Order: sequence, then C-alpha cells, then structure tokens
Amino acid sequence: MTQVAEPEAKRWVGGGILRKEDPELLTGQGRYVDDIALPGMLWLAFVRSPVASATIAGIDTSAARELPGVQAVFTGQELADDWALPLPCAWPIGNRTNFEDPDDPRTPDHWPVVKDRVRYMGEIVAVVVADSREHAADAVEAVDVDYDDLPVVTDMMAALEEGAPVLHDDLGSNEAYTWGFTNGDVDKVFAEAPVVVKERYYNQRLIPNAIEPRGVVVQPIPAQGEFTVWSATQIPHILKVLLALTLDINEAKIRVVAPDVGGGFGSKLNVYAEEAICLAVAKRLGVPVKWTEERSENYLATIHGRDVIQDMEVAATEEGKTLGFRVKLYADFGAYMQLVTPGIPILGAWLYHGVYDAQAYAFEATGVFTNKVPTDAYRGAGRPEATYAVERIMDALARRVGKDPAEIREMNFIPPFDEAREVVSGLSFDSGNYHATLEKAKQLAGYDEVRREQQANDGRRDGKLLGVGLSTYIEMCGLAPSQTLAALKYGAGGWEAATIRCHPTGKVTVITGTSPHGQGHVTTWSQLAADALGVEPDDVEVLHGDTAVSALGMDSYGSRSASVGGAALYKAAEKIRAKARTIAAHELEVAEEDLEWKDGKFQVTGAPDRSKTIPEVAFTAWTAHALPADIEPGLEATAVWDPPNFTFPSGAHICVVEVDPETGSTRIDRYVAVDDCGTPINPMIIDGQVMGGIAQGIAEALYEEALYDENGTLLTGNMSTYRIPSAAELPGYVLDREVTPSTTNPMGVKGIGEAGTIASPPAVMNAVADALRYVGVEFIDKPASAEKVWRVVQEARGSAPADRTPEGGGTGAASMTPEEEGGVA
Amino acid sequence: MRRIALTVNGVRREAEVEPRLLLVYFLRESLGLTGTNVGCDTSSCGACTVMMDGKSVKSCTVLAVQADGSEITTIEGLASNGQMHPLQEAFRNNHGLQCGFCTPGMIMAGLGLIESGAGMGDEEVRLGLEGNLCRCTGYQNIVKAIQEAAGQMRQQAPAPDTAQPAAVQGGSE
Repeated sequence: MTQVAEPEAKRWVGGGILRKEDPELLTGQGRYVDDIALPGMLWLAFVRSPVASATIAGIDTSAARELPGVQAVFTGQELADDWALPLPCAWPIGNRTNFEDPDDPRTPDHWPVVKDRVRYMGEIVAVVVADSREHAADAVEAVDVDYDDLPVVTDMMAALEEGAPVLHDDLGSNEAYTWGFTNGDVDKVFAEAPVVVKERYYNQRLIPNAIEPRGVVVQPIPAQGEFTVWSATQIPHILKVLLALTLDINEAKIRVVAPDVGGGFGSKLNVYAEEAICLAVAKRLGVPVKWTEERSENYLATIHGRDVIQDMEVAATEEGKTLGFRVKLYADFGAYMQLVTPGIPILGAWLYHGVYDAQAYAFEATGVFTNKVPTDAYRGAGRPEATYAVERIMDALARRVGKDPAEIREMNFIPPFDEAREVVSGLSFDSGNYHATLEKAKQLAGYDEVRREQQANDGRRDGKLLGVGLSTYIEMCGLAPSQTLAALKYGAGGWEAATIRCHPTGKVTVITGTSPHGQGHVTTWSQLAADALGVEPDDVEVLHGDTAVSALGMDSYGSRSASVGGAALYKAAEKIRAKARTIAAHELEVAEEDLEWKDGKFQVTGAPDRSKTIPEVAFTAWTAHALPADIEPGLEATAVWDPPNFTFPSGAHICVVEVDPETGSTRIDRYVAVDDCGTPINPMIIDGQVMGGIAQGIAEALYEEALYDENGTLLTGNMSTYRIPSAAELPGYVLDREVTPSTTNPMGVKGIGEAGTIASPPAVMNAVADALRYVGVEFIDKPASAEKVWRVVQEARGSAPADRTPEGGGTGAASMTPEEEGGVA
Repeated sequence: MRRIALTVNGVRREAEVEPRLLLVYFLRESLGLTGTNVGCDTSSCGACTVMMDGKSVKSCTVLAVQADGSEITTIEGLASNGQMHPLQEAFRNNHGLQCGFCTPGMIMAGLGLIESGAGMGDEEVRLGLEGNLCRCTGYQNIVKAIQEAAGQMRQQAPAPDTAQPAAVQGGSE
C-alpha cells in the first residue's frame, strides 16, 4: 500500500479505534426524533389518498372534528395560503443535447397537501391534529374524501406514448426532460466497429427502508416567531434554508436539529411534505407538534429509488477491445420532482464506460412522470445503475468474443495512474489501479479454481449450478465542486465547513457541517483532529446536526463527508496550527521558522526539549496575558473546503453462487470485495460501510422490488410483502483493500459509503447469469428471485436442450432487445 | 382501562392502560424507556424486541395487558453497576452497529438466542436472528458479536439446560 505524503507520522488516522458513538446507542440512550416528547405536544396524522389518480370532489371533515382529542383538521385548500412556494426541487433539469443551453426545466407544482387532484397512492389529502397518537389515527379514519377517479399510468414507457393519461396538464406530456451529451465520433465508431453488443436492463424500483422511519417534532416560540424543528433527516442545513423559503419564515428564526438518525441511504436526503406541514401547523396553533411515520406509511410517503430502464451498447474490436459506450436511459420519476429527482440519472451520466478505455461515448436520459411515489436518491443514486449496465455489458461482450470476463476487463482497463487523468466521458479520474484490485480479488476468491471446477464438472456442484461473477466498478463521489454544480444547474454549492475550537483546558470541540446517521463521523473526525492537533481522540468532542451549533454545512450524502467535510477539518487544523505557531514562537522567544511541528507539538529546531503543545498554546491564547502584537485572544478556526474535483473510489468484487435449478434459489458461496477508497482513516468503519453496502446490493440483486398493479396500488406495501433479507439470507464477506490516494483532497481519501451498493448488484447478477448458462438461459435481470430463476430455467428447458453447455464463444450476447446489431464481422 | 402490574428492569410498575395499548408504547411512552424502538407495523423488523419472562419477544405484538404479571428486561436494564453487558461490549468491539436503531432489538434477540441454549455456529446464529432486520451492517459483525458474547457468558455461567429457558439476566431486583 502506498502512503500519502504527510508532514508527520499518523498516530490515529489509519487505526481502527472503537466508535465513540456506541456507548449511548448500546444502552438505550440514543435520542431519535420519536423519543422526543414536549409538554402540550399535539400529534399529527395524515389522510392519504388510497387511489393513484383522481380529482377530489369533496372532503367532509365534520365527523373527524367531533372526535375526542381532535384539535384541528386541515384540507389542502385550507392550508393553500401557508405556502410561499411549492415543495422544492433543488436540481431542476431541462432538455439538453450536448452542451447547448438547456430548455427551461419542466418542474410541476408540488404542494405539501394536494389542493384538488391526487397523482399517486399515498399523497396527502388532509391533516389531522389531536392530543395523542391514537386519537389522531382515529380521526384520520373519520375524514370522508370523495374521489373522482382519473386514468392511471404506472408504466414509464406507456406514459411516454401518445394519448397516455397526462399527470400534469400544464406540461402537456409526461416527459420531464431528455438530456444528453456525446464525446468523440460516436456514430462512426458504432457504425464501423466489428462487434456491437446491446442489452436492455431494468434497475427495478426499490424502497430504501432505513430502519428508523421518518419523524418530525416542531417547537414554536410564538412570541418570538421562532421554531425548532427536529427531523430524522440527513440534511438539517439544507432543510433549514428550504423550509424558510417554502413557508416564508425568517431563516434566522429557524433551528433544525437532526438528532440521532437511524439510517438514511438517501431516503432522508429530502425536503418532505410532512416537514413543511408540521412547521405550518405549529405556526398556526402555536404549540409543539409531532409526527412519527409508520412503516407502511413510509412505503407511500418516503421516496423510492432506481426504476430506470437502460438500453446499453458497447462497440468493440473482434478481440473485445472496447471502442465506444452508448446508453439511453428511461427514468421513472413517479408523480413529482422531489429534492434532487431529476439529477439522479445525471449522477451516473459520466460513468457508463466504467474503468475501461474507449474512443467514443454517448449518454442520454429521458425522465418520465407516472402515478407512483416519486423516486430520488437511494444509496449510490445513478452510479449503481451505471455500474450495473457497464459490468453486465462487459460480460455480454466477453461471451460474444469468447473471452473470460476477467480477461475482457483486464485488456480494457485504464492503466494504473496516480495523477488525475481525463477519461472518455470527459471526467477527470483522480487515481486508480484497477489491475491490482482485480488481481487481489481473484486470488481471494479462488477465481481460477472456480473456473476449473466449472469446466471439470459441467458447471455443477452437488446438483447445483455453479456461477462466478465480477464487478470492477468505479463511482464518483465527494459532491462536489461548486462550479461543476453550477454548470449542472444544481441549486447550491458543494463545499463543506468545519470549525475547531481549542479550549483552555486542553480539550477540543470540532464542529462539522456533515450530518452523520450511522457513519461514525464523531470517531473518524476525532482521529483526524487528534493527529492534526497532537491531542488524544478522547479529548475531542465532535458536534454536528444542529444548525444552532454548526452554522455552516451541506450535510451528508453522496459519500461526501470524509472527502469534503474531512478536508474542511484538515484545513481548519492548518489554520489553528498557523496561529498556534505564532503564539508558541512568541512564548519560546524564537523565530516562527525555527519551530517545527513534530510528534504533535511545536519544537525548537535542534532543541526538542523546548516545545509547546496545542493545549498549552490554547491556554496562553485564552488568558491573553502574553500574546504577540496583532494576535487576537482565543484559538479557534473555521475552514470551508470546496473540492476541486470529485473523488473516484473503485474496486473489484467477485461473487460465487450456487443456483438450485429445481427451486430457483441462489446461495452465495463466497463474496470477495477489494475496494480502493484512497487513504483509510478508520479501517473498521470502512469495512462496516462496505459490508452494509454489499448487503443492500445483494438485496437489490436477489430479493427486493417495489411492485405496483395497473391501478397504481403499491402491492409491496409493508415489510412483510417487500422482502428485505435478514442475516439468514446473507453471506459472510471477505474484504481487502488497495490504496491509491485521491489527488482531489489533501488527505487522499475517496469515500466509501455507497461503494458496496454500487459494486455488488452486477457481481451477483453476473454470477447468477454465469450459472444459468449451463441450463441454456440466455438472459436474466434483477432481481433474481427464486421464482424468476425457476421460471427462466423452465423456459430454457422448454425451448432448448435441458442441459446445454456453453461452448467456446459462449451463448452469444444475451439480449432482450430484438434490435441487437453488429456481431463478429 | 385495565390495571396491570409488572416488573420492568427489576422495578415493579403498576399502571392503568387502554386494552389496545401495545407493550412497546407502554414501555416507551408510559415508562419513558425509549431505548426500545419501533421500526415497522407488521412484526417484521424486530427493533422492538425485549425479554419477557426469559424469552425474547417483539413488544409490538404484545399488548400491555398481556404483560400483566410478567418480568420484562429492556436494553436499559442490561448494563449493571455502570458495566456494559457482555453483549453490549461485544457489539462495540466488533462494530456490530452503525445507526444504532435496530441495535437494542438485535441485542435482546441475541440475548434470547444465547439464553435459549442454541448453538452458536454461523448458520444457527443467522437463522436465530431471522426476525430482526438491520439495514446498515450487513449482519456479519452482529453475528460475530453474538458469538463472542455467548462464549463469554457461557464461560461465566454453567451451560443452561437447552430444554428450559434460562432466567432473565440483567434485572437489578
């Protein structure tokens, strides 16, 4: 492993110290939103549409108002004047081809409570306020809503057809945008390439399922016009700004607190109707209010993820050398744009070539409205989709040209690099060594042995079909350079802030603008601060998630916290050391340049017994008795880091499966992940992120899918019908690391929060598809549920010799699309 | 309203409750023991798992009135004299938690599994945790933590008779 250049040895960074967060979480002292109870607090509950598309002919709330404990009932019409603006979409995107100026974005009005028409099952129709959870629930049942049904469209391709029911009349069609760009002479490359392989993939709709449902508590101080909002959110800072705009409340009068938050995975990266409504009701009634989401409600009220169709193509030479990548996406946005809905496909737009060299690149996405819950960021957001398409098409290419999937990857990898380099999509990757990660993963997985076993036993092992799948993924994270976001019409910057306050007692407070919800920032930031300031991690207190404490912040999503927020902390520590150096030199009566920062303190060069520590300087700075001229008392610094580029974590995952052709069930025999997230800060936490990410990706590959019927009813409406795997379904994981320090930030870190979820679905699906070749199955898409596997095996047996063995050149490109072109010329 | 009396974490509690009140809300809202969490409404996630008369139960599927006369241990009752329970220690040492929301239920389910005398092989522990969902960890470190704690707990105490559930641990009565 290479080391990033540092001015000093690391004592804490790189070590797997135990988490400082854990003792309270392990003893029941965690403080989640639902644990908050305030005197005089009222409960909110929502009347939600049971139908997917209808106009509201009338709402009778009179019976509900008469029930015990009910304080108020509000309809959308009654609350209409409470909103200065509709719910925000921070990333509006218009039609664009290449780098022309885009058209105006087509963002439909999205009101917290519908005024006259519902567009998906679960949309809020009325709000009930009562003195208890139970009374509020009773009152919801008593509200009588008269719906006039409208036509429903739930299939995104049908929604694009002429004559489809249009969700938003003022937009005229269900097409939200078509946005794309090309690099290189794509048409020529594809026209002349001897081999073109094309497949259609569907990244099914998923429900994020943070185990803590959402919740909101609002405490008003009516005489001051002040509000404290506790929300189970990933984005307290962004939420504060956008609630202020949505309700036209002075932003300085709003404090948003994200207390302990029980997982997010993107589902709490939003500004939700319930947050705006709780604030509006607290403002109207002048008393504290609370809402806690139920799980079945969560499936209708919180964003879904993915739901993207991809027509993916690769052009190559006869040997399988990749020449071009071209993709056309259709993304189902559901009924409205949530906070960053339109941007999700764009987050993957530059990654449809993966880690492979090519000459030409084309990306185009069409966003579509349907009568379903809006989609938005779900762990990986755009990058799992890209990785799935690239890694599956590389396997299809391998089969077409008769090469092993590992070989086709190795021959097309971008060669190792440690300075930023431009790639065919136009991005500049920061660093990487894709050969090394794959080689390590192959060794750990026993890749060659599995291939030999397949060959020797006709793909069988104890009556099961043996398959092995690769995923040599890349992702981009560390959102994001503000100038890049400006070019993409995103509504905010991508910087992050940190403050370090050195107390006279030697203790240190670190205030971060990131907002963790399980990632262990308190521990990791303590390690960073301890090394940067020469103190112990236990001397560092890390504060976050409260806009009254941490004034500046852009919060946590997109694996940005360590690479952007950690870099801000690093920069703040530089400022602390600069000021401390001046004070230390003054105290030691030497010139500043005669001091060196060594072993966590300032030492006089050549006389290391004469030294000052940061805690000593902090005391001097606090007493202010003997400061140099022009130096202010106190030792505190804030830094804001705006990254110059994204970071690009990568790695190689290998999955070995045994598929039972009789039952369709898949057992993961071995799962190996070798990840490169740059310089590690806390390996234990990194491994935890990787394992959890892999689990979510395996869930996506084998188990989970949100299903609607043609009336727009969510069929997988609760945790007993939407299949989240437990420990019993999931395997153990074998992990290792490769380190190529990022060139984007001074610490060399890249990000690891999403990598597992991005890498694993294609590794698992390539393995399942590999196993099923032995019974003649040409193609299978996610999720490879037992039922689906059983069906494709039955179909293959019905139409082909039952136990056909793939020969040299494989079974040909497994394609769902008839327009597959090219072939070996 | 119905009158119930039960022992929670070694403390005798009496209360008048609505017959429809779930045990989990009695613990959280009547007694203020918010360590036990609610993650679903279909008994699927197990975040609300507590020990009731020596067995782990999902407190969202028990009415408070059904707990009348029982002994309950929640996550708040596990540590004693400021010392974390071996399961709590093992979860920390093995990074068996991230967001912490499923953790109280996982620990109580793990306790129930260990106290039942179940085998502690990978597959047995994984099957034993089938009723508890975690979205953060991928389970591997949870399994390790329970195995490690079981080793310690069973070293300290004679192995329980597998036919008989062991007595509740962790109460301070």
